[in-house]
Amino acid sequence: MATSKGPGETGGKPGDHDANPRGDDLDRRRRELEAAIAAKRPRPAPDGPASKTSGMTGIGYALRLSSEFIAGVVVGAGLGWFVDRLAGTSPWGLIVFLLLGFGAGVVNVLRSAGLVAEHRIRKPGGEEPPVGD
Amino acid sequence: MANDPIHQFQIAKLIPIEIGGLDFSFTNSSLFMVATAVGAGAFLYLTTSSRGLIPSRLQSVSEMSYEFVANMLRDAAGTQGMKFFPLVFSLFMFVLVANLFGMFPYFFTITSHLIVTFALALLVIGTVVVYGFWKHGFGFLKLFVPHGVPGVLVPLVVAIEVISFLSRPISLSVRLFANMLAGHITLKVFAGFVTSLSAFGVAGIAGAVLPLAMTVALTGLEFLVAFLQAYVFAVLTCMYLNDALHPGH
Repeated sequence: MATSKGPGETGGKPGDHDANPRGDDLDRRRRELEAAIAAKRPRPAPDGPASKTSGMTGIGYALRLSSEFIAGVVVGAGLGWFVDRLAGTSPWGLIVFLLLGFGAGVVNVLRSAGLVAEHRIRKPGGEEPPVGD
Repeated sequence: MANDPIHQFQIAKLIPIEIGGLDFSFTNSSLFMVATAVGAGAFLYLTTSSRGLIPSRLQSVSEMSYEFVANMLRDAAGTQGMKFFPLVFSLFMFVLVANLFGMFPYFFTITSHLIVTFALALLVIGTVVVYGFWKHGFGFLKLFVPHGVPGVLVPLVVAIEVISFLSRPISLSVRLFANMLAGHITLKVFAGFVTSLSAFGVAGIAGAVLPLAMTVALTGLEFLVAFLQAYVFAVLTCMYLNDALHPGH
């Protein structure tokens, strides 16, 4: 904006003298702007998508949980059926692996619901937990 | 075409190609895969080509999608995970654009075919396994042995963890496929009600308002699901990649 000096003075010595404070002023304003942006940015970054998608991640969870569980059971059953075909142990492989698959499905659901501690948190004491990664 | 809700998923050969007895035909599915890849690539390229310091609307859409995926990956897998950013971003954009393309009438929805989503999931899991073994050697197998489990339970827990790991590509692909398939069938069925009800004269047309409203609502929901499934796919990819990067636990 037009300052009290005015744009006409840029030609001579006083203009030079003037340009520095104006440059400083610009720098200062730029720094302030950057600080303001930096102050603003983290807020939208973790919060914005999270709050905007909080309803959506809720639906996302709902869609995830069922398929996680079913996938566990299906893979267990498929594995059992395959083992039975290979080893000829007809019902037993299916029974055992179906139960294991049920367990895996439950683990899947608990894990994606965040009820089981994530892997990283369970690290042995030497390693530091999740944040640094 | 009229009222068959499954008809939209049929594969049609556009250019029949057969090499060595195998069918390599260029189908409508292939066409829309190409369209998806070209569409996503062209959008990102064209909108960011001006490189405005003050982004235009479309450029900020590109930048937002970049930052969205970058933050997602950084949150899930840390800064080391950023080496997988091209993979995750490509997957996210491909799935998102494919889902959104599917929302156009008469377009083919490639993600409504299990084999497509399963191939994408196998790509993810293959990357996890290959990178995990390449980076950690057999230490990658520690993924299956949680820390602090009593010795007696280790075989049981390992079996469960292995099955849990094997179920990942299944759940990843089935979720995306089932959501797109079910959503499109539901849309089609409700839209079909409109036409079949309105054949019954005035009372039918009055009644057809209800399924019409439902169709409109479902269309909105489908757009949400299209985005959401791409998001879930990308988030889970990030989480699995995190396992490849940090298997010890």
